[in-house]
Amino acid sequence: MAPVPLSAPASVTVRVQAEDFDTAAEIEALSTGRTDIGAVVTFSGLCREEKGQLAALELEHYPGMAEAEIRRICEEAITRFDLQGATAIHRFGRIDPGAHIVLVIAASTHRQAAFDGASFIMDYLKTAAPFWKKEHLKDGTARGWVSAKDADDTARERWARG
Amino acid sequence: MRDVRLVYFAWVRERIGLNDEIVSLPDTVVTAGDLIAFLKTRGEDYEAALQHENVIRVAIDQEHVEHDEPLGSAREIALFPPMTGG
Repeated sequence: MAPVPLSAPASVTVRVQAEDFDTAAEIEALSTGRTDIGAVVTFSGLCREEKGQLAALELEHYPGMAEAEIRRICEEAITRFDLQGATAIHRFGRIDPGAHIVLVIAASTHRQAAFDGASFIMDYLKTAAPFWKKEHLKDGTARGWVSAKDADDTARERWARG
Repeated sequence: MRDVRLVYFAWVRERIGLNDEIVSLPDTVVTAGDLIAFLKTRGEDYEAALQHENVIRVAIDQEHVEHDEPLGSAREIALFPPMTGG
């Protein structure tokens, strides 16, 4: 007879949306009704004002692929770190300084996997999920598209397995 | 010749001046890199958008590919700059 699984299957929630999200509600949704989760790590990415110069960010995305790519990254994290669940929500459209851009939640039995899982998802999301930021300044000009940073590639590469 | 849907994002979209278009590809266009080289012959806007070929990212049917990837029977090919989300 096959052994009865001791834990529920890992849950993945991915959303790409214009509207804001409620961080506490998302943590609750991931962990409610489960007694196998021992650790939940949450990362929130917010829009910086860039020394008072920035009026807003404009987030462009590739509909369909954005969701699919984030889901692939979350599923990889679940397999790699044996997570109990992962949630990733990324906003698009106009985002004002101080507002949320992205939310990542990783749940696991012990804390290290949740920390690593959240970090892994963010590092891959930044370099592989099809989103692009454009900066709009307070003087009414568009400073233009944000350049990709080498540091983000380096952050991702630390997860490469030799 | 075959028709594919091309979609553009961020500054690639702005420089080409289109969100998307249907393009007839000659049979000599085999890989993603061939596609970029072919598009650069379509005018100044394409040339400006794709001049730094190495930084252009390509997705075939919504999955990332390298420039040497064959296009195969792709229905939708996206060209865009390095991503800056998160």
